[in-house]
Amino acid sequence: MTYLDHAATTPVLPEVLAAMSEQLGRVGNASSLHASGRAARRSAEQAREQLAEALGARPSEVLFTSGGTESDNLAVKGLFWARRRADAQRSRIVVSPAEHHAVLDSVEWLAKHDGADVTWLAVEPTGRVTPEALAEALGDGRDVALASVMWANNEIGTVSDIAALAAVSHAVDVPFHTDAVQAVGQVPVDFAASGADALTMTAHKLGGPMGAGALLLRREADCTPLLHGGGQERDVRSGTLDVAAIVGLAVAATAAAAHRSERAPRLAALRDRLVAGVVAVVPDAQLNGAPLDDVLADGPGRLPGNAHLSFPGAEGDALLMLLDARGIECSTGSACSAGVARPSHVLLATGADTERARSSLRFSLGHTSTDADVDAVLEVIGPVVERARRAGLGPR
Amino acid sequence: MRVLAAMSGGVDSAVAAALAVDAGHDVTGVHLALSPDRQTLRSGARGCCSVEDAHDARRVADELGIPFYVWDLADRFRADVVDDFVAEYAAGRTPNPCLRCNEKIKFTAVLDRARALGFDAVVTGHHARLDGTALRRSADAAKDQSYVLGVLTRQQLATAMFPLGPMTKDRVRAIAAERGFAVATKPDSHDICFIPDGDTRGFLARELGARPGPVVDAATGRTVGQHEGTYGFTVGQRRGLGVEAGDQRPRYVLAIEPVSRTVTIGTADLAGVDEVGTGVPTWTGAVPEIPFTAQVQLRAHAAAVDCRVCADANGGLRIALATEQRGVAPGQSAVLYEPDPARGDRVLGQAAVATAGRGRA
Repeated sequence: MTYLDHAATTPVLPEVLAAMSEQLGRVGNASSLHASGRAARRSAEQAREQLAEALGARPSEVLFTSGGTESDNLAVKGLFWARRRADAQRSRIVVSPAEHHAVLDSVEWLAKHDGADVTWLAVEPTGRVTPEALAEALGDGRDVALASVMWANNEIGTVSDIAALAAVSHAVDVPFHTDAVQAVGQVPVDFAASGADALTMTAHKLGGPMGAGALLLRREADCTPLLHGGGQERDVRSGTLDVAAIVGLAVAATAAAAHRSERAPRLAALRDRLVAGVVAVVPDAQLNGAPLDDVLADGPGRLPGNAHLSFPGAEGDALLMLLDARGIECSTGSACSAGVARPSHVLLATGADTERARSSLRFSLGHTSTDADVDAVLEVIGPVVERARRAGLGPR
Repeated sequence: MRVLAAMSGGVDSAVAAALAVDAGHDVTGVHLALSPDRQTLRSGARGCCSVEDAHDARRVADELGIPFYVWDLADRFRADVVDDFVAEYAAGRTPNPCLRCNEKIKFTAVLDRARALGFDAVVTGHHARLDGTALRRSADAAKDQSYVLGVLTRQQLATAMFPLGPMTKDRVRAIAAERGFAVATKPDSHDICFIPDGDTRGFLARELGARPGPVVDAATGRTVGQHEGTYGFTVGQRRGLGVEAGDQRPRYVLAIEPVSRTVTIGTADLAGVDEVGTGVPTWTGAVPEIPFTAQVQLRAHAAAVDCRVCADANGGLRIALATEQRGVAPGQSAVLYEPDPARGDRVLGQAAVATAGRGRA
C-alpha cells in the first residue's frame, strides 16, 4: 500500500499510541477534586504546556477541542458574535474563498442566519492571500468583526504570510483567525510571533489521534462559546476533557515540532522528485498552487509534502479510482459530504477553469513517506492517466 | 473479470454485487447520483437517490470489502431521462423513464465509462435472466424487469450481468439477510425516482405550466369538460378524468392530441385496440425475419399477448394483436417476446408505440 494522503490524515505515531494507551488505563475526570481527578488534570495540564511550547503559545491560550472543524466554528462564530455584541456595527467578515469548508460554511451560516456580511478576499493564482488584498478588503475596518485566512491550503498547499496578514488586520483593530491545520508540523508555526488572535490546529494531521484539536486563543480575545456546560477551557469550551486524546495531541505536536527541520526538507525532496517524475511521464500535467521552490519571509511558500496536479482531459475521480485499484491512495482534495465530486472550490477561487479543477489530484506526503512511495506512483501514473483520458472528463 | 456493480442502495443491487464477488470477479461498486439536489434522507417510498441511499450502498460495499465510488450523472440524467420524460408528455405521449434510463444512463453512459476505465462488465440488480446474450424474463414473474431492459442491444447485453435473474425476490432478501445486510428489509422502490412524492401530474404541471384544453366524448363529439394539461392523462386512463358523462358508464382516455390539446374519452367498447404501429425497432440479437409471430407486452406490468409482427413502409412495425388491449399509449414500448416456458420468454426487441387502433373493426 502506498499512502500518499497525509493531508487527509496521518498514521498515528508509536509514541502517541503508547502515551494514549497508558492514559486510557487510568480513571479520573480532570474536573474532579480527588486524587484520580488531580492526576488526570495534571496530565491534561502537562499536555497543555507541551502543546503551547510546541506552537509558541502560552498554556492559558490553549483551548482543547474536538478538532479542526470545531476550532474553526468556535473561532469564526465565537469571535463574530463577541465582536458584534461589543460593537453592533461590526457585522462584516473578511475571508478567503479558498478556506476549508469548516470556515467557509461557518461564515455562510452566519451570513444566512445571523446577519453577517461577507467580503471575499481576492486570491492570487497560487491561492495566496496578500497583505495588500486583505488591507483593501478591510478598509478602515470599523464595520468588520473578524478576518480569517488559512495558514496553508489543504488542497494545493499554498502558504500565506500570516504574520503580515495579522499585522494588517490589527492595524485596523480587527481580530484575525487562521486555520493552521495543514501548516503545523510542515512549516514553522509560532502563535505569538504570528500575531494571530486565534489559530486552529488538529492532532490527526501530525500523527496524533482523530477527534482531538485545539484553538489557540489570545487571552484578551473575546470569544462567545458554542458549547455551554461545565465551564472547562476558560468557559469558552465546556465539556469533560478527553485526557487521553489531549495527551496524544501534545505528544504528536511535540514530535512534529522536534522533527520538522529535518523532515520538511526530506519531504520536499521526495515531493520534488514526484512532481518531476510525473511531468516527465505526463508532460502536459500542470502543477497547481505555488511553485515548488517558493519561499516566504520565514519559511517555504508551499507545504513541503504537497503535490497537486491537474491532468488535462482526465477526471480526478477516474484517476483516483484507477490509482486506488493499483494500491496507491491519494485524493482529489475536494470530497463532499454527499460523496459526489464537485470541482474544487479552491482551484476555482484561484481562477482555474472547471475542467482544470475537475482533472486534479492531490498527493500529500508525511512522516511515513519514502522513496518507494514515489517510485510506486511513477511506475503507474503514465498508463493510469492514459486510461482515464480514454474515459474522458466524466459522463456529463 | 473486472466488474463494475451499479449499487442503488437497494437490496437487489446489493445482492447482485455480492454474487459477483462470490463468483470470483474483481468488483468495484458505483452509486449513481442522478439528482442535482440530493436530499439527505429518503422521502416517500422511492429509495435510490438520496444521500441515505448512497450511504446504504456504501455500507454494503464496505462489508463486501470492495472499492466504492459515487458517480455524478445528474446532468446526463436530466438531459436524457427527465427532459425526455417532460417532452414526451408535452407531445401527448406516455414515456417509460426507467427504460430510457437503462438505455441512456446505465447501459450507455455508465457502461461506456466502465469500459474506458478497464472494466469488462457491468453488473446490476435487475430481475431478468441473461444466458449468453439472450435476455429472458426473470424466474420471478412478479418482479420481472425484462420489459425495461428490452431496449438493450446485443453489444450492451454482452457486457451486462444480471445475477438475480434465476431467483425470486424472496430469495434475494433471504441472501441479503443471511449476509447481514441492513438493506435486507428495505422496502421495494416504486414510482418514478425523480418524482419522490409520486405526484406525476403535479411534477409535470410544475415543468410545463397550465396548458388547458377540452375533453371531448368520442361518441357525441361534444366537449364535456376542460383540463389543465394533456400531460395529466394517459391513454387507457379511467380515474381522475374530471367529467361526468351522465350515463353511469365509465369513460377511458382514448386519444391525446397535443396541438389542439384535446383529450378524447369514450366508453369501454371503444377503448380496446388490436393493431399497433411503432417507430423503428431495436433488437436484442439478430434481426428476425419479418413477418413473424411472437408475444408483445405493451407496458410495464401488463400481460403479454400473442401477435403477428409485420413491417411498415417507414422502417417501423405493424403489430396485429390476437386479443384487444386497453391502455395502449403512444410513447410506451412494445416489447416483443419469444415464448419459452422452460428457460424464460426471450426478449427479441422493442419499438416505441406510435399509433394504436382497430385493424379488424
